[in-house]
Amino acid sequence: MEKKGVLKAGAGSMETVKTQYFTFGDLTTGGLVLDSGEKISPVTIAYETYGALNSEKSNAVLILHALSGDAHAAGSHALGKPPGWWDAMIGPGKAFDTEKYFVICSNVLGGCGGSTGPSSINPKTNRAYALDFPLITIHDMTRCQKKLIEHLGIEKLVSVAGGSMGGMQVLSWLAMYPSSIKSAIPIATSMKHSPQQIAFNEVGRQAIISDPHWKSGDYYGSALPAKGLAVARMIGHITYMSDTSMNEKFGRQKKNTAEPFKFTSDFEVEGYLRYRGDNFVKRFDANSYLYITKAMDNFDLLEGKDPEGLFKGTDAKVLVIAFKSDWLYPAYQSKDIVKACKRAGVQVSYCEINSTYGHDAFLLETEEETRLISHFLKKAFYDYEVTGRYEV
Amino acid sequence: MRFDSIRIDHRAIFEMVDSRSSVLDLGCGSGDLLYLLIKEKQVRGQGIDIDEEAIYRSVEKGLNALHGDIDSGLSEYRDGSFDYVILNQSLQQVRHLETVLRDALRVGRKVIVGFPNFAYYKARLQLFMGGRAPVTPSLPYTWHESPNVHFFSIRDFLGYCRSQGIRVERALYLGNNRRVAVFPNLLATSAVILISR
Repeated sequence: MEKKGVLKAGAGSMETVKTQYFTFGDLTTGGLVLDSGEKISPVTIAYETYGALNSEKSNAVLILHALSGDAHAAGSHALGKPPGWWDAMIGPGKAFDTEKYFVICSNVLGGCGGSTGPSSINPKTNRAYALDFPLITIHDMTRCQKKLIEHLGIEKLVSVAGGSMGGMQVLSWLAMYPSSIKSAIPIATSMKHSPQQIAFNEVGRQAIISDPHWKSGDYYGSALPAKGLAVARMIGHITYMSDTSMNEKFGRQKKNTAEPFKFTSDFEVEGYLRYRGDNFVKRFDANSYLYITKAMDNFDLLEGKDPEGLFKGTDAKVLVIAFKSDWLYPAYQSKDIVKACKRAGVQVSYCEINSTYGHDAFLLETEEETRLISHFLKKAFYDYEVTGRYEV
Repeated sequence: MRFDSIRIDHRAIFEMVDSRSSVLDLGCGSGDLLYLLIKEKQVRGQGIDIDEEAIYRSVEKGLNALHGDIDSGLSEYRDGSFDYVILNQSLQQVRHLETVLRDALRVGRKVIVGFPNFAYYKARLQLFMGGRAPVTPSLPYTWHESPNVHFFSIRDFLGYCRSQGIRVERALYLGNNRRVAVFPNLLATSAVILISR
């Protein structure tokens, strides 16, 4: 495995990073059996690593991305290229300190950032899967990550961490592989989607499906359902912000435009959403959007069961983080996770960070997150017994 | 750090907690007490505090800390989840005191309550002679900025326990960095009391 050196110079940046690929489950080993009972073969998982794995292989941390994320969490692919989606949190001296930890981030199953998904080639037909791709679940994503971790020779992770859908995967790890993790950090997430969360996802899906270019998912090699996907992304961005953060960012500011009427994007906020929507189309696959949002909506960690049975017996410590202005994943959903941990006797910490950024806060409030996570990780890694006794 | 330099109420609580027990600290603040108990008595500790900064400080010490209010924090635990529930300098600040105390006695096998003594003689003098709401070392707030919503004396609390059938197992009375042995309701600024059902 390729090791990535770290720059010693000051806070922060790493030398360029590279996406790697791990393929498993070819026809001889039988492929990956999904929650749906269907099988995919083979499965490729795109991943990146930062920092160095120690000789005991005991310093690995797994980062899990949200709906539109990918394996590129930190560093840059080349000089001048944009940094990864959680670059402020991962690197030398940062919350996930790459001088201490070996940090791994992989693209989810069903994604379009190099992992097997609906835009991948189906070996049976030699064409893109499109809607022949089986329905996937959050647990299926986690299963692939477990395979990757085993492939890297790691038995126990110091931690699994992620926000939003990444947090759902954290919870999935806690439920499925409790003995493979020392700690878990679910951020701005939920054990299950509320009707409101499902509703927003459904509007996004309908925007894609009603784009004439979608053609029942069979659009590869022709015009993309770009408008539909862009609208889905616009809706998403509204739900990621808060009333306050939108007010601060845009106000009622208007852009300079030659045609002052006729539904051009007059307001700053309109221009912003269009820009975000149009940009998203360049890097994201519409079918992936459909499959992944469905996986999120179908996720139900407890499925009506008692949390005691699910979490009991784990010695993993849990740090739950929520944000005050997050109305998409409101704090009460994080408190439900805390409650489940309490009832199962799991050691848990919880902080509701006072932020005005809405759901986006998990990507933006890095100073507060760093304060919590860096110490929490240290405790999980060293399990330090405090030295120096009081002279009584 | 010398043991003498630790807050006197923390020392009193320290004496009451058995080694290797489990402790829930309601209103854990920066986590100093829990840290002491974990370090010196190897307890399994959990803290709860309403203040965000308190959570950062507690997590920095490697503690398990929950951000939230005491009332809802308690009700979610099963009966007998902890050997001790500690309510140090927090009971006088909760709105539903009786509910919290009842719930603490449900969740903890034993409960340790630390509270300021409203009948401390200087408080009495300020009220009686000066005609003003008392400000003392254990009641440091002026009337308009006080977070306290209940004002009670050592005799009040012991009387309440008696009336509710709550067993008082041990009581330590504290003055200005010393223990008070006689006339505690008059001479102690605060008390630490170990109770059980």
